[in-house]
Amino acid sequence: MEKRVTFKGWLLPLCLVLPQLLVSAVFFFYPAIQAVWQSLFIPDPFGLTSQFVGLENFQYLLSDKYYLASFFTTATFSILVTLVSMVPALFLAVMADRLLKGAATYRTLLIWPYAVAPAIAGVLWLFMFNTRVGIVSWYLGKLGYDWNHVLNGPEAMGLVVVASSWGRISYNFLFFFAALQAVPKSVIEAAAIDGARFWKRFFTIVLPLLSPTTFFLLVVNVVYSFFETFGVIHTITSGGPQQTTTILVYKVYSDGFVGQDLGSSAAQSVILLFLVGLLTILQFKYFEKRVHY
Amino acid sequence: MATVELIDVRKSFSGTEVIHGIDAQIEDGEFIVIVGPSGCGKSTLLRLVAGLETISQGEVHINGSRVNDLEPMDRDIAMVFQNYALYPHMSVRQNMAYSLKIAGVSRPEINKKVEEAAELLELQDYLNRKPKQLSGGQRQRVAMGRAIVREPSVFLFDEPLSNLDAKLRVQMRLEIKELQTRLGITSLYVTHDQVEAMTMADRMIVMNEGVAEQIGTPLEVYQKPHTLFAAQFIGSPSMNAFDATVKGGEAVLESGVRIRCNCSFEGEAVIGLRPEHLIADENGPLRVNIHLAEPLGANTLLHGRLSQSRDPVIVSMAGVHSALGTEQNMRVSISPDNVHVFDKATSQRVASLKA
Repeated sequence: MEKRVTFKGWLLPLCLVLPQLLVSAVFFFYPAIQAVWQSLFIPDPFGLTSQFVGLENFQYLLSDKYYLASFFTTATFSILVTLVSMVPALFLAVMADRLLKGAATYRTLLIWPYAVAPAIAGVLWLFMFNTRVGIVSWYLGKLGYDWNHVLNGPEAMGLVVVASSWGRISYNFLFFFAALQAVPKSVIEAAAIDGARFWKRFFTIVLPLLSPTTFFLLVVNVVYSFFETFGVIHTITSGGPQQTTTILVYKVYSDGFVGQDLGSSAAQSVILLFLVGLLTILQFKYFEKRVHY
Repeated sequence: MATVELIDVRKSFSGTEVIHGIDAQIEDGEFIVIVGPSGCGKSTLLRLVAGLETISQGEVHINGSRVNDLEPMDRDIAMVFQNYALYPHMSVRQNMAYSLKIAGVSRPEINKKVEEAAELLELQDYLNRKPKQLSGGQRQRVAMGRAIVREPSVFLFDEPLSNLDAKLRVQMRLEIKELQTRLGITSLYVTHDQVEAMTMADRMIVMNEGVAEQIGTPLEVYQKPHTLFAAQFIGSPSMNAFDATVKGGEAVLESGVRIRCNCSFEGEAVIGLRPEHLIADENGPLRVNIHLAEPLGANTLLHGRLSQSRDPVIVSMAGVHSALGTEQNMRVSISPDNVHVFDKATSQRVASLKA
């Protein structure tokens, strides 16, 4: 049953939503409108005047092979981050759910990585995989593998994926664990009596019952990999080598604030805005129907 | 088709014993109701038979073989849960077919069995619905269907009717009993409702605090309760009980009231008088001060206290007695054959002279 509150008059409800509206206006609507506006101009090299160019910024971007490559990089990156942060989280949650003793300790320890800020997580991983002093790369060297993410594109991608996913595993674990605890025990018992062993039960009963949570995490993690991994990428690879880890958001930053091409940067932001909107609509329209039972 | 045997079954949860050694021999096709107040261990006992809890001590045999170490799925049982435990993401058909699918039964065979069960339970029109689109009674039937299609040796019911409204409960009670009689499958049925126990059971196990107080047919338990607990738990309204000293076929209450009883026991006792056995009698030994009359239509319950000792007492009289109201006095008597005598020290029934 949905409970609705009915207000008399409009002053109180307005006051209640006003703080949120103000925050959205200042930090979302105003910059978004600015970005759309700026994307139609090219400023001069000194930033003193700008010239109206219509959609030229967009035309230029869509024929730029580096920009198109960045799309592909972003897709690879977000798929990998989503997988690497969700699959182990689910596995750990299932294992924690089976525990009778020590589940609380286990849970607490698993949540800790989430408290580490992305940039710091990036530095941690960077240090471990440092090509000269990193402990992991040193052991890899002993095993005969020459780790060098500074020069090797796929290795750089692997490192930023792991560094971005690591903290997220905690976050996802928390949600999966809560969802698992909410699965009625008697349903699992009924399946056990019906003859399903642990993994059979997991795939035919538990996983389908987790699908609302899985879907929610999918959306949240994709959005995370798009926007919140900037710190990690900036500290570990700065988008390199040769732009192999330059995801769209990073390119907005490097073109705008490093390359000083504010018009193109604004146009990229606008494209990103549409992309995320589209992605969200798609996800909710096509997946949501299937996940609710 | 199977027998079930419980041999000194015990269960402890982290050192605390909750089931204190239960022995029972259940015949093939019998409908056994395990009845008791909440927390008496009746559901735990059922879960021990199902294999959802491990047995701490003792043995459970199904069809003559020890099943202590078998997984639930290998015990050839089916269980109906209190909250039905239907798979919410599956249709009624898929719910019923699940166990068969896992067992690797062929598709046409599955369809045949599911449709048979659906017909038996009048669920044909609902096969493609999801559980949440069904009413409580229909969900209950789907849970039954899921149990039936497996053709198990033993049915286990864990308070299956307690989530239904009163009218539906009476109807489902009959349906389950009829179905069980028709299929002839040995069943264990847990309930806290003594009416369900009385009406459905071939035999019942009356449980209290992890002990089986009495195992017997409903009428045996009603007519010859082995313990004071069984006497008071079965029968509605509950049996009146008074402390008394029994000597020479006569029970003397603390207030000095004397009631004749058919009993050779001598000593401190508790006597039990069923409300429906108390008869209005001008010369009766018990004087009752009535303070409330509950007309139920077919009979009237009179709540009062013994004038002599202020002990609470309930009298059930057939018919309507609108004249009997508050603060009235009446005298009642009881046939000596209907006086149940329990040893005060052990709460066990004391054999009557006749038996």
